[in-house]
Amino acid sequence: MTTILDPTDERVPVARSVTLRPGAVTGSVALLDISKPRGNVLLDRLEQRLAERLPGATINRYAKPTFTKPAPTALRQDILANNDFVIEALAD
Amino acid sequence: MTNTLPPFSLADTAGANFAFPAGPTRTATPTLLCFVKEDCPTCNLVMPLLQALHDSGDVTVLAPGQTAEGNLVLAERHHLTLPLLDDSILKVSFAYDVETVPLVLLADAEGAEIDRLVGFDRAEWQAFFATHAPNATVDWQALPSWRPGCGSLTQDPVVAERLRAESENSPLRARKIEIAPADDVHEFLFDQGFTDGLPVVPPTPERVLRMLGGTSRDPQQVVAQIPPNYAPATVEKIAINAVLAGCRAEYLPVVIAALEAICTKEFNIHGVNATTMGASPVLVVNGPIRERIGMNMRLGVLGQGTRANAAIGRAVRLAVRNIGGAKPGGTERSTLGNPMKFTMCFPEWEERSPWTPLHVERGFDAADSVVTAFAMTSGPALCVDQSSRSARQLAGSFALSLEAAHHVRAHNASDALLVVSPEHVDTLWRDQFTKNDIRDHVQRVTARPLADLVSEDDIGGGLPRERLEAMPPERRQRLMPKFAAKENLHIVVAGAEAGKFSGIFHGWAGGEIGSIPVSRKIDS
Repeated sequence: MTTILDPTDERVPVARSVTLRPGAVTGSVALLDISKPRGNVLLDRLEQRLAERLPGATINRYAKPTFTKPAPTALRQDILANNDFVIEALAD
Repeated sequence: MTNTLPPFSLADTAGANFAFPAGPTRTATPTLLCFVKEDCPTCNLVMPLLQALHDSGDVTVLAPGQTAEGNLVLAERHHLTLPLLDDSILKVSFAYDVETVPLVLLADAEGAEIDRLVGFDRAEWQAFFATHAPNATVDWQALPSWRPGCGSLTQDPVVAERLRAESENSPLRARKIEIAPADDVHEFLFDQGFTDGLPVVPPTPERVLRMLGGTSRDPQQVVAQIPPNYAPATVEKIAINAVLAGCRAEYLPVVIAALEAICTKEFNIHGVNATTMGASPVLVVNGPIRERIGMNMRLGVLGQGTRANAAIGRAVRLAVRNIGGAKPGGTERSTLGNPMKFTMCFPEWEERSPWTPLHVERGFDAADSVVTAFAMTSGPALCVDQSSRSARQLAGSFALSLEAAHHVRAHNASDALLVVSPEHVDTLWRDQFTKNDIRDHVQRVTARPLADLVSEDDIGGGLPRERLEAMPPERRQRLMPKFAAKENLHIVVAGAEAGKFSGIFHGWAGGEIGSIPVSRKIDS
């Protein structure tokens, strides 16, 4: 029998429950630009389409300062407090 | 102050259990413990004396022996009837911190120490008998006047590390993983995802303890929070990964300092790991520790073959992978990857350089040992120039090679690291060129009008044409050098004496939106 020490952080993955999926998109939708080049182009188009399909929904635009780092806490809290949905524009 | 001896329970050669202390209701006489091992001549010398004590009835004798087979030999050789207890796993010897055998300890019924003897000094033993066992019969004149004891088995370095690792006050806290005898240890380590794709050294508790001997820091001190899990990297966890990587204990302070450096907000290891560009830390070591731990700064400095260079860089990468949780396909999303993601750590050859060494340029004392982390995406890309005879020519060659970083037309760039070889150093220094002279020359040679850095039909990249066309004409002629600032070009000296080749590492996104080089002093 060989005994070794665990080289990892030993975190047991936390079981996360997915938020209940609503049947319709209503209220506010956040569009988050992660600041990759042309991410805004994608979001502009998306905003246009959403406005056509969801005339009752409000679209709010947000942007991370840089794609290389996680979103600042204040930005995440702002999105959470003022929106019902969030769509994040990835890149590459 | 009363010394209370640790309690224990051990079996004798017949399997009967003996507990110490027996307690006042079980024994009216003091208990005499004597730690012995069979291959110790002095232990053999005193065995008849222990039997005489046992026969006297003045004390209760218990003799923990350090090997099970040895106990049987001792009992037969000396016709013993006293209880020889099996301490072959050495837990009791370790708990008593036995350094020398025979070690005699006399204790009262509650286990408080009354008297002790180490080795054999006839006068001391005689006085001990007179005081504690007057009914014992011994022919003292037949015994030598003095014999030294022997080293306890617990002092054997390999055994000592095992015992320390298993003891209750072990500094180790990490989860233990038992690998079944039928499993191949190396295959198990691969299967668990603990490796970078190459075999690793199994991090047994003994090896991790030895590794922790390389630092005076508390094993549970949290050195950094490593993204993406933002997991606390304790000194112990780092030591485990240093074992995996093949480090010697004396490398550990460099690994710790490197992790401190890359886990800063400025260095941004999260982004460095995640970027599709495939960046990785390049670690440069300065100061006295280079020689002390056997780092290679000469022939083949950026390649394989030197344990310290290879293992330190690898330990940092494995810590990021295992503790931080950054794995390819997860938050490591490099398009091509690069071999520096296995390891890249080397020292500057300060003694071969006429210039200020990197760590002094960055504000440290020359006598400090320092590690500096750069986020680099490629390298070393070679600048081959065997013909330049002047510093200006050679620095101009550097400039054109550096201009190729990322894309020839990608100017206003962030960091690059230039490793100047000794022969190139000589060419530059003949003309008294300093590091700053090289930087100025590189910026001068690479300064091009914005109009020349534009994307064309046959050559893409560079400045989008529509952006140029939106500029006023005079702005289009503005000169833009390769680097946003000359300080973005970092220069060190390393490599073999022979060869007019210098190496260039290309950076990643720089400044606030990317990664800023960070230096950390290494514990002395």
